[in-house]
Amino acid sequence: MTRFIRPGAAAAAAMSSVLIVGLASACSPSGPDASSATSPEQEVVVYSGRSEELVGPLFAQFTEQTGIPLQVRYGESAELAAQLIEEGDRTPAQVYFSQDAGALGAVSAAGLLAPLPDEVAQAVPAAYRATDGTWTGVTGRARVIAYDADQVAAEDVPTSVFELVDPKWRGQVAIAPTNASFQSFVTAMRLTEGEQRTQEWLAGLVANDVQTFEKNGLILDAVDTGQVALGLINHYYWFEKAKEVGPQAMRAKLAFTASGDPGSLVNVAGVGLTTAAGRSPAAEGFVSWLLSPEGQQWFADNTSEYPLLPGVPAPEGTKPLAELRGPDVTLAQLADLPATLEMLARVGLL
Amino acid sequence: MRGPAPGASRLLTVLAAVTAVVALAPLGYLGVRVAEAGPSQVLEALIRERTWQTAGTSLALALAVIACCLALGLPMSWILARTAVPLVGVWLVLASLPLAIPSYVAAYAWLAQFPGMHGFWAATLVLTMVSMPYVVLPVTAALGSMDPAPEEVARTLGRGPIRAFVQASLPQAWPAAAAGSLLVGLYVLSDFGAVALLRVDAFSRVIYASYRASFDRTGAAVLALVLVALAAVFVLIERRVRGRSHRYRVASGAARPPAPLPLSPVARAGAIAYVCAIASVAIGFPVASLMLRMAEGVRRSLDHAELLSAVLSSAGVSLMGAVIAIVLALPVAILSARHRTRSSAVIETASFAGHALPGVVVGLSLVFLTLGLLPIAYQTLMTLAFAYAVLFLPKSIGSSRAAIAAVPPVIEQVAQSLGRTPVIAWLSTTARIAWSGIAAGGLLVLLTSMKELPATLMLRPTGLDTLATELWSRTEVAAYGAAAPYALALIALAAVPAWLLAVAMQRGHRDADGIPA
Repeated sequence: MTRFIRPGAAAAAAMSSVLIVGLASACSPSGPDASSATSPEQEVVVYSGRSEELVGPLFAQFTEQTGIPLQVRYGESAELAAQLIEEGDRTPAQVYFSQDAGALGAVSAAGLLAPLPDEVAQAVPAAYRATDGTWTGVTGRARVIAYDADQVAAEDVPTSVFELVDPKWRGQVAIAPTNASFQSFVTAMRLTEGEQRTQEWLAGLVANDVQTFEKNGLILDAVDTGQVALGLINHYYWFEKAKEVGPQAMRAKLAFTASGDPGSLVNVAGVGLTTAAGRSPAAEGFVSWLLSPEGQQWFADNTSEYPLLPGVPAPEGTKPLAELRGPDVTLAQLADLPATLEMLARVGLL
Repeated sequence: MRGPAPGASRLLTVLAAVTAVVALAPLGYLGVRVAEAGPSQVLEALIRERTWQTAGTSLALALAVIACCLALGLPMSWILARTAVPLVGVWLVLASLPLAIPSYVAAYAWLAQFPGMHGFWAATLVLTMVSMPYVVLPVTAALGSMDPAPEEVARTLGRGPIRAFVQASLPQAWPAAAAGSLLVGLYVLSDFGAVALLRVDAFSRVIYASYRASFDRTGAAVLALVLVALAAVFVLIERRVRGRSHRYRVASGAARPPAPLPLSPVARAGAIAYVCAIASVAIGFPVASLMLRMAEGVRRSLDHAELLSAVLSSAGVSLMGAVIAIVLALPVAILSARHRTRSSAVIETASFAGHALPGVVVGLSLVFLTLGLLPIAYQTLMTLAFAYAVLFLPKSIGSSRAAIAAVPPVIEQVAQSLGRTPVIAWLSTTARIAWSGIAAGGLLVLLTSMKELPATLMLRPTGLDTLATELWSRTEVAAYGAAAPYALALIALAAVPAWLLAVAMQRGHRDADGIPA
């Protein structure tokens, strides 16, 4: 019997040593030895809720230009927020770059974000940043209606979200009620249209057999394959998918609701500095670089998001930010999430 | 029969207790968080209608997936273990590969071809396909190594081959089937990826929504405890099934494995068609679907160095996790195989308890514990490997326990009576015979660690990319074409442990036989 065990054991042992050595060599170029909390020179540790596929090239460009190395931990924005709160003041993170304002607000409310330097804190319009200066929006993403151009003519697409409860769209509208951007939109609607009207609208959607999805991207896929006619998403998902399959291959098209409609809220992806970081010039430099004309232009060109810095043009193929005129609320006002969650639960969407 | 010397037993109990404490760490964390909540908040979360509705859905989904895994998996195991079907090794590898496919990738592969797919039964299909190996592998091993004498007696008493199998052999395979079903059930309860994509309102989604929408760690912890309670029910049922059954021998003397049932050409074609069909749906379909997507993608080309580095990271850290899991599992496995006492039962149940928790909960608990106890180890490879060991410990315990239980303790006792110390006696007898089963448990941990995502994202050294994180990074932004090579690399890499697993299982058959191949 030993005759049969030995070759296997030897093979396993050999394989493991090869793998471990391989692993070591694979890791050494980036040298992520997290145990060495005292980082050399001016390295900046970033917790990024935005995917490496998306912002990795931008980060590389920053390091190339400034010589400041970035150590980036990618994750989901909300999970990173939970992790930051769990870590408290022992976090290795200096910068938190989030997919949405709500997660930044939660980390800030836990007292873990330091005030940004003045020139950074006030670079973008007041609607897109924290009132206490602990975080700022970097780019904007507009709420839009994605429609299946094979089923719906452009002129028949609703110009207000209130039309979505019309029986003619029964079972044909997709939303993502667990998604942060949808919830922000409902909060904005509560603030501008009132509690009662918002709840009636949500209940109307449910009565109209609204289709619920987990994420914006899945809604877009459903519209693009004709599973549903209309879907409420953020505008840049369309551009991401178009980059993947080519714009001509897209059945789904985008429509912006009328000015002032709650359906045209502009949400942000934003950034904050952690209190644990102390005042690190390198980390501050990174944040101000994101808000420089050059950084802003990169987003417009590569992610099709709206630059928030005044003067930088909107991405190609979108309605300019100034014309978009969403509901009259600032993002800082959207912190009243618990009441929104309660309402969504009441109508059976959560 | 008396166990080994009491001294050894005490050491064993201490070591097993250490493992139990480690396995209970995530639960301890939940306890800390729940204690922060007032009783009214706990009550409020518990009496919400949605809590029970979604818990019911998750429970029903787990039961449906277990039923499908048994219905489809048992015939597969019987064909592989008991019939003269050709290429058994190949089928075993194919049967274990789905373990390496993350549920969200499997769900995505189906959605890519059938965009309208959603709901309970869609999720049942996808989850059955990814979790069937948990049933097929142990049952095949059990059927292949059990003493065929009872079945032969049944044949001589006039039963046909199928009835004799069902009446005499199948009952002996129930413990293996129950252990596999338990892993399936816990996996389904903890799964988030497939239920989210296929739009099933399962309990894990409520827990995630609690983190994502309101960053409510306390509320999420209360809900996670409900999941632990559900998991405990599954663990207790499995213990009862296992406790009632025994592996019978009708005669003394050396056991031998069953002779393969010769098949008529038609039956042979049927058997091959069956295993082929299962393998095609479980592994062929997702791979083909991903390759189609890869061909559609027009974005940037594949960076080979990046892919290779992710392959090495995944392999290395998963291997470390598997080794730690085996080390932690052995004391518990020996204790529960050899000394079925109340404390061994408690320790074993405890080691399963955290297994139904979604990865995000385990991840956060290890963030909390590492920073509290050993901050210097935070976000190092060791912590990540350790997390894999904690997450997947039950797989290693189950496999090791079955292998050790199948070795008669008398051999080890003889070795001790000849003057070997307990550890040496164990190493030179039981360990040498149970080796392949213990290794098989480690390989299961290895296979499943490779695809783990939520805890990996939190605990990996900053900057380290594994195949799972690279895959996620691309699917997050709809770069499915760029993601496909990573998914395929994950499956290709998993083929190595899957192949070793198949070899270990076939060796298990031969060892029981005593006939070298």
